[in-house]
Amino acid sequence: MRITCPICGERDRREFHYQGAAVALDRPAPDAGAESWDDYLHNRENPAGPTRELWHHEAGCGAWLVVTRDTVTHEMQGSELASALQEADS
Amino acid sequence: MRFSGLRVLKEGLTGNKGWRPHWRDPEPKPAYDMIIIGGGGHGLATAYYLAREHGLTNIAVLEKGYIGGGNVGRNTTIVRANYFLPGNSEFYSHSLKLWEGLEQELNYNVMHSQRGLINLFHSDGQRDAFARRGNAMINQGDDAELLDRDGVRRHLPYLDFDNARFPVYGGLYHPRGGTARHDAVAWGYARGADERGVDLIQNCEVTGINIEAGSVTGVQTSRGAINARKVGVVVAGRSGQVAEMAGLRLPIESHVLQAFVTEGLKPCIDHVVSFGMGHFYISQSDKGGLVFGGDLDFYASYAQRGNMPMLEHVMEAGMTLMPMIGKARVLRSWGGIMDMTPDGSPIIDKAPVEGLYLNCGWCYGGFKAVPGSGYSFAHLMATDRPHEPAAKFRLDRFRTGRALMDEEGTGSQHNLH
Amino acid sequence: MRLTGGGLIDRGKVMRFTFDGRSYEGVGGDTLASALLANDIRLVGRSFKYHRPRGVMTAGSEEPNALVTVGRGGQQEPNLRATMLELHEGLAARSQNAWPSLDWDLLALNDAFAPFLGAGFYYKTFMWPRAFWERVYEPIIRRAAGLGALSGAHNTDTYEKAHAHCDLLVIGAGPAGLMAAREAARAGADVIVVDEDNRPGGRLNAETEEVDGKPGYLWAQELVAELVAMGNVRLMTRTTVTGVYDQGSFGALERLPAEVAARPGAPRECFWRIATRRAVLAAGSLERPVAFAGNDRPGIMMAGAVRAYVNRWAVAPGRCVAVFGNNDDAHRTAADLMAAGVHVAALIDSRPDARSDLDLPFYAGARVCGSSGRKGLEAVDIELALGRREKIRVDCLAVSGGWNPSVHLACHMGGRPEWSDDIAGFVPRDDMVPGMAVAGASAGAMSTHACLKSGVEAARTTLSELGIKMPDKAPALPQADDAPYRITPLWQVHGKGRAWLDFQNDVTVKDVAQAARENFRSVEHMKRYTTQGMAPDQGKNSNVGALAVLADATGRSIPQTGTTTFRPPYVPVPIAAMGAGAQGQGFAPRRLTTSHAASQSMDAPMIEVGLWYRPSYFPRAGETSWRQSCDREVAHVREAVGIADVSTLGKIDIQGADAAQFLDFVYTNTFSTLKAGRVRYGLMLREDGHVMDDGTTARLGQDHFVMTTTTAAAGQVMRHLEFVHQCLCPGLDVSMISVTEQWAQFAVAGPKSRDLLNGVLDAPVDAERFPFMGCGEVTLGDVEARLFRISFSGEHAYEIAVPARYGESLFRLLVARAEEMGGGAYGMEALNVLRLEKGLLTHAELHGRTTAFDIGMERMISAKKDCIGKAAAARPGLTDPDRERLVGLKPVGAVKQLTAGAHLFGEADAATRENDQGYVTSVGFSPTLGHFAGLGFLKRGPERHGEVIRMVDHLRGIEALCEVTAPAFFDPDGGRARD
Repeated sequence: MRITCPICGERDRREFHYQGAAVALDRPAPDAGAESWDDYLHNRENPAGPTRELWHHEAGCGAWLVVTRDTVTHEMQGSELASALQEADS
Repeated sequence: MRFSGLRVLKEGLTGNKGWRPHWRDPEPKPAYDMIIIGGGGHGLATAYYLAREHGLTNIAVLEKGYIGGGNVGRNTTIVRANYFLPGNSEFYSHSLKLWEGLEQELNYNVMHSQRGLINLFHSDGQRDAFARRGNAMINQGDDAELLDRDGVRRHLPYLDFDNARFPVYGGLYHPRGGTARHDAVAWGYARGADERGVDLIQNCEVTGINIEAGSVTGVQTSRGAINARKVGVVVAGRSGQVAEMAGLRLPIESHVLQAFVTEGLKPCIDHVVSFGMGHFYISQSDKGGLVFGGDLDFYASYAQRGNMPMLEHVMEAGMTLMPMIGKARVLRSWGGIMDMTPDGSPIIDKAPVEGLYLNCGWCYGGFKAVPGSGYSFAHLMATDRPHEPAAKFRLDRFRTGRALMDEEGTGSQHNLH
Repeated sequence: MRLTGGGLIDRGKVMRFTFDGRSYEGVGGDTLASALLANDIRLVGRSFKYHRPRGVMTAGSEEPNALVTVGRGGQQEPNLRATMLELHEGLAARSQNAWPSLDWDLLALNDAFAPFLGAGFYYKTFMWPRAFWERVYEPIIRRAAGLGALSGAHNTDTYEKAHAHCDLLVIGAGPAGLMAAREAARAGADVIVVDEDNRPGGRLNAETEEVDGKPGYLWAQELVAELVAMGNVRLMTRTTVTGVYDQGSFGALERLPAEVAARPGAPRECFWRIATRRAVLAAGSLERPVAFAGNDRPGIMMAGAVRAYVNRWAVAPGRCVAVFGNNDDAHRTAADLMAAGVHVAALIDSRPDARSDLDLPFYAGARVCGSSGRKGLEAVDIELALGRREKIRVDCLAVSGGWNPSVHLACHMGGRPEWSDDIAGFVPRDDMVPGMAVAGASAGAMSTHACLKSGVEAARTTLSELGIKMPDKAPALPQADDAPYRITPLWQVHGKGRAWLDFQNDVTVKDVAQAARENFRSVEHMKRYTTQGMAPDQGKNSNVGALAVLADATGRSIPQTGTTTFRPPYVPVPIAAMGAGAQGQGFAPRRLTTSHAASQSMDAPMIEVGLWYRPSYFPRAGETSWRQSCDREVAHVREAVGIADVSTLGKIDIQGADAAQFLDFVYTNTFSTLKAGRVRYGLMLREDGHVMDDGTTARLGQDHFVMTTTTAAAGQVMRHLEFVHQCLCPGLDVSMISVTEQWAQFAVAGPKSRDLLNGVLDAPVDAERFPFMGCGEVTLGDVEARLFRISFSGEHAYEIAVPARYGESLFRLLVARAEEMGGGAYGMEALNVLRLEKGLLTHAELHGRTTAFDIGMERMISAKKDCIGKAAAARPGLTDPDRERLVGLKPVGAVKQLTAGAHLFGEADAATRENDQGYVTSVGFSPTLGHFAGLGFLKRGPERHGEVIRMVDHLRGIEALCEVTAPAFFDPDGGRARD
């Protein structure tokens, strides 16, 4: 499996750490309530198909990436820097 | 038809012409008392115990492919009861008791073999953690022994005791742990359920769950609508998709776990050996293949296949622990879809929809749970009350934080359990 | 029998080898299989279940019968295919699965009991009495099962792993693969061509046909020479692609020739990880048998294999041969045999309309329906078109049931092939593997001409996708055979007797029919019930035939019946190859501190702590147990001064204008209020509200912090910090980097620690500049160092950090000074006792399930700010007073020993799960207090100080009464560290 880092280019999966669904980017407000925090921490869309997820280029540049990947075919459909996405959002 | 040595003899003498189907292939009826979605080990066991323990036989098991085609037909066959957290302890203890005697119960040789399981440890700290576990097992009424290095050597003389990267300090020995013939477990329960009148309906994919006024009324399938007031979802690996048909989002992420088998070899590994430090475990099947595996590939996947980094890691772990297996040749690798939960423990509970019941989240430990899970889930579906040994497998434990069963201590990250 | 002429062999190179202890001769270019056949050895193995006599059946890696063991001890390799084993001088091969000998195998008795050992018989019996399964039946079954044996000795051979990268990976160097490689290479692409054989050319090496007006093998040889000379082509022979993985990743196994592997340090095999942009699968096809009664006798072989032995190895597999087939290709076999001077007794073609111009007895519309011969074929029975039967005396039968394209690798991503009526076989669909084109016989091209053409086309398609420019017109193809391949399927010859499908696992037509009768009608059920396709050949010889028989038995077509799943590896791969480098110490990196050599020179036993090695204790003359050393080292710290290397703790340098704000977010407590030159203890939660780690963080300057983590969690914390920064608050001006390796850090602990430091630092330190939890820069002989006044022992203590290159000399200096002052170095054991006496925590307590509430630090979660984990830590279950919470434990009964891992119960309660109150996490004998001290978690622990409870350790047979205490046993007010 190979993953494209926007900074480093295509690299072997061994350089990356997988975190999980990119829902982790959408941290609720501290007082958002038990349901929101339960959703954030535990519940998952878990699609059989394209999904957005977080990978960390740990043995490379250290960037956290949002990778769009198909969970059925493992096709990589794009990757972006998580920090750039979050800054654009804020 | 009752199976026995005598029957094998008789059939053998008459050309083996008298064998009959192990189960029927009935057409689905328009309605049942209960529907079990999923003809894997857990679903078939649920149907069996509904019939056996609760006398409920107007039941259909709907399977989108062939029965036993999911993880029950794709695992490393280990059966054990070596958990230490309340909830898990009593459940797996109960399940192991059901295993003991399953052949006679089902009149089907599932080849449950209590070869003994040894979990190795490699530091004083790990020894203490395993001591806590072993003591919990004994508190529960199960069996455990703490082996020192020489004790391990007596059982497993072939380990590398002299030059392994992580020297063996000792092991936690679980004599009643072992293996079983995985496919036979599914077939045995299928035959038992079928004999009692349960309809096993293969090639019947559920495409929708009918809900009226907050209550389940039946399901849509590739072979038409089927009505039932109670529907059990037992589709590990696909739990998210089926739950979504009822508008539910589950605390589950699907991951791939690879496993491997070598060519057949004369007996060389008698126990089940687990090398936690290297994420590696191994046993030898009755056919002679070394059956082994390791950790998840770590990325979410429904592909039922993995990639090389974990494949190689598993082989590397085997080579540092027991270099005698180096010349064994890997014959086949495969991947299964694991329902990973935030604490690594399963869910057997009512769903927030009346008449809908969930049995999911078995992570990569579902095989040994098959009898206990079927038994407890049947109890829940039949009586609407949780079965005591599975009472802590609640869906809402993540929201409340009560009775989390995080055996690995890795927290609410699905792929780390 | 070796033929007198022909063959691609080196007759001048005579090599001696043994099989089952008897000596034979072969020649250069032989495989073990060809050499055995040349020596008229037909019986080479026994089957798995019935122990039937078996001989060589194929000439490739799919061989089901001729499996042998080579080597002894740490070099013993079972289950090697004689067909793939290159002969070399001194090769000593042994047969397997036979006792006492291959010729007289006791378990051949099984064959007589075959009616009782049919499909799935073991699921129906061996259940009474219950205890007999494990004690009697299973041990017998296990001993009988299996093929070859491992020696039980550690592997002593070398294996390797390697990476390779290319634009185009061509799998198979037959006509299609070579043309694809040439096309790509000429366009300038980086090409890797792999082939399983030691000789590129594929079937051209086994046939007599010509390509471009010259013998096919010669054409291939010349083309290979051209490719290799180009520089952008890498040819890898003896290399089998084993698996297809994502984004152009392929696994491949390379077998080194024996003479190379024999060199010191050279590997036997190498497992390759190949990353390629595109691939062409040109793996050819495999011939399939026909199921007729007794089709498994030694001497019955695949027709294509017979041609290979005749043409390539100049070996006649028999003196009198019959050929049996259902397709035109079979006829070549008869022609080649005749051309080589071998007597062909019959050509039997099941197609009634078949024709032959060959001068031999030809039987159209006839079928072989039986065979005889005890340990090798002596005659075949044929049924003729009119129902007549005839017996023909032959010692070899060449069988062709048609060819199955090698679609395996195309299916490794889960795609299923489709049925082609034209060739009566499965062919790949398009795009089953992204970036892979299939060419040649793998794609169903059955003539050499068609293979050449499809190779070129596959290369052109894939290269154009890469944007590599090629001439508009494809080059002219070499002249080659383009005869049509006509076939009429024939899967089984009905009749009495057992007809084998899976030769290795002894699965017959009857077994498949019985499976269908018992409703194992899904192809997966049939496979699992009969074990068809689960043997070492993974059904390469039997899958299509078995599912045709199943289709027949269930009244379905072959496409309706479907295939089982194709899984890696394509050929079995040694664990030692895929796990190369890990045996012994190579499994994980070894991390050594700068004081490692110094500690070793002091005879300290070094123990593994994660990937690190740390000293356990430092024995001195006269000490006979670790406890004596440990007690002394504890006393050193409590009474004088001790030195410990603490460099393994994670050190993270954090800088930026918003660094303090960032720390406020990742720690439960506040760091923005920390003054420069001060250190603070911090507690870090996971977002799920449980404790992740703890440690101290020093503020070196307004915008500059150094965080320490525990040894175990250093990597996790670093990743977490980057996550929090990049994913949750990218706007903060903060940067961080791990400096664990860059700084060597030593604890200088004990009442004399300041005196010691003042003897080595350039300027003395005092309480004013370095108060408790103070930090700052100091120098030692111009080396800039960092000094932290922190304590993990409860004593007046410091940690001093220097650039790693000074670590060793500083350690030696500090230890020497400490020894002069009545102290010395201390190891992990003493460190643990010291912290235990103080009730300080490690990952024994912070094991991932504990909350701040559990360890009595709930008040460290600041109410004034948000932090990671705060919301989840407020869940009712995480602050339930009934939780097991941290306590100290002190033995108060007759038994004075405590053990970690024991559980806690009410004094009068039975030790059962229902009564479980908690457990012990850490224990140690405290020389300071004179008794064992323990830490543990107890339900409502903090409310129960003073209560006596029972500790039970079933495993070690220890029960002790303990008093519940506060976690800190020694100097609970902390005065010693502050003074």
